[in-house]
Amino acid sequence: MLTIHEANQLLRNKKLSSLELTKACLERIQQVEPKLHALVTITDELALRQAKKADELIAKGDAHPLTGIPVVIKDNMCTKGVRTTCSSKMLENFIPPYDACVVERLNSCGAVIIGKSNMDEFAMGSSTEHSAFFATQNPWDLSRVPGGSSGGSAVVVAAEETIYALGSDTGGSIRQPAGFCSVTGLKPTYGRVSRYGLVAFASSLDQIGPLTRDVTDCALVMNAIAGFDNRDSTSVPYPTPDYTQCLTNDIKGLRIGIPKEYFVAGMQAEVEKALQAAISKLEELGAKVEWEVSLPHTPHALAVYYIIAPSEASANLARYDGVKYGFSYQKTDNMWEALEKTRQFGFGDEVKRRIMLGTYALSAGYYDAYYLKAQKVRTLIRREFDQAFEKYDALVTPTSPTVPFRIGEKTDDPLQMYLSDVCTLPINIAGLPAISIPAGFADGLPIGMQLIGKPFGEETILKIAYAYEQATEWHKRKPKI
Amino acid sequence: MKLSREEVLHIARLARLGLTETELERLREQLSNILENFEILQQVDTTDVPPTAQSIPLQNVTKEDEVAASLPQSEILANAPQREGEFFRVRAVLE
Repeated sequence: MLTIHEANQLLRNKKLSSLELTKACLERIQQVEPKLHALVTITDELALRQAKKADELIAKGDAHPLTGIPVVIKDNMCTKGVRTTCSSKMLENFIPPYDACVVERLNSCGAVIIGKSNMDEFAMGSSTEHSAFFATQNPWDLSRVPGGSSGGSAVVVAAEETIYALGSDTGGSIRQPAGFCSVTGLKPTYGRVSRYGLVAFASSLDQIGPLTRDVTDCALVMNAIAGFDNRDSTSVPYPTPDYTQCLTNDIKGLRIGIPKEYFVAGMQAEVEKALQAAISKLEELGAKVEWEVSLPHTPHALAVYYIIAPSEASANLARYDGVKYGFSYQKTDNMWEALEKTRQFGFGDEVKRRIMLGTYALSAGYYDAYYLKAQKVRTLIRREFDQAFEKYDALVTPTSPTVPFRIGEKTDDPLQMYLSDVCTLPINIAGLPAISIPAGFADGLPIGMQLIGKPFGEETILKIAYAYEQATEWHKRKPKI
Repeated sequence: MKLSREEVLHIARLARLGLTETELERLREQLSNILENFEILQQVDTTDVPPTAQSIPLQNVTKEDEVAASLPQSEILANAPQREGEFFRVRAVLE
């Protein structure tokens, strides 16, 4: 199981070519995809072309740490000339005429794109069961979900179909599947990575980030994708550090807070036990841990999120009208009927549910009680985090209250499904960076630990994550598929 | 609070979303249940609390008005469900 930094060494020392590495990944894809269904599109021709080009760059001595390394892109990021579906019937045949900013940046590093990963439709979901095409299986137990919405991206990393992947995170969609599949997943601070070319779900919450096999790889990918882009007006014009510089083992004296509200209702005992052991490990490594931090507005985060995200989604998804691109209902001459039927047949159940919920929260007579109220409580949640970060360098919580659940277990009960993101969505509400890293197993099922940082404090959480990773072996375990 | 059938139809119309009879009933049930859970927010005192629309300290972002190449018309039209020459074809708005 190669990491980016290991593959990069082999490529530079000419012990391996990008073409060989790419072919090995494509073979692995052929071997395990019939069981996992993590990819919507396999871009083998593009990958082989890019691999040959990468080998030329390496031969000339022009290699970047990502040159020649296979990557999978979540299918909500535009890839020029390559179908980008959002796992929706609405965009089943959509071929973007341009690349997303992150795709441009990876391409300029000489990356090799080997596929587009399956997801919950339009990134709405926590299990990848809401894909319009097929559900993705968890490589640790094929009867369980891989998490979502970036479930495909987490699975391809865990199952060695690729070296790393990109995901997007609106309420936990990178971290929760990373936790469920025992890989490393970072949601950067809102504004750190350009959203240009990311199909919009909830614009004030969406952020792109890496899913990798270890923390070093996560830092390497951040070096390539982070930084200002004037095509996204919420991209911040701040300088970007070299994220590998903070990866030292020294976390002595760092102050870590444990918010007690994240360890309540619905949490599985095994998850709680694993987290306590992981936090004790951080203490052993020299961090100063405060076990009883309180963030009293945490129980309100779920409602805030499920008002704000669907409201923004209902506005963003108004663009799917069957005129400019996408699915279009043709069997009528009536404009309104065509519009309504295009959306009726083009969107799946969860997307419709959220459009309805958001439209309701924004509609006349309910705007103040729902949307405006949620935005005000959002302020309180942010303030609470600000206050906590005056005392602590990072906060630590489980990534999810449970281990991966069974396929079909929560599809009939939207609220139960929403609760799966209860530990991750407050972080999007506040716009903070957070990383999920492997922190144990219960009966062979992965458990993730979430480290939360202050705004633009990615380096601190990467540092703590790195120190924990170096002191443990969880990230080296492989699923038997 | 349970949503009425008329309320669900009204929202669907605002969202321009066609619904089958089964979908309508299921959404009525599910949305009512979800909204009931959201009532927890009414307990929070938000007097004098300003709303947050997004989390970064940027406002009114502008950029220089620079002339740059646009995407070729043919590429933009390539995804159109119906086109006529160099236009998107739409149905009649006025009859």
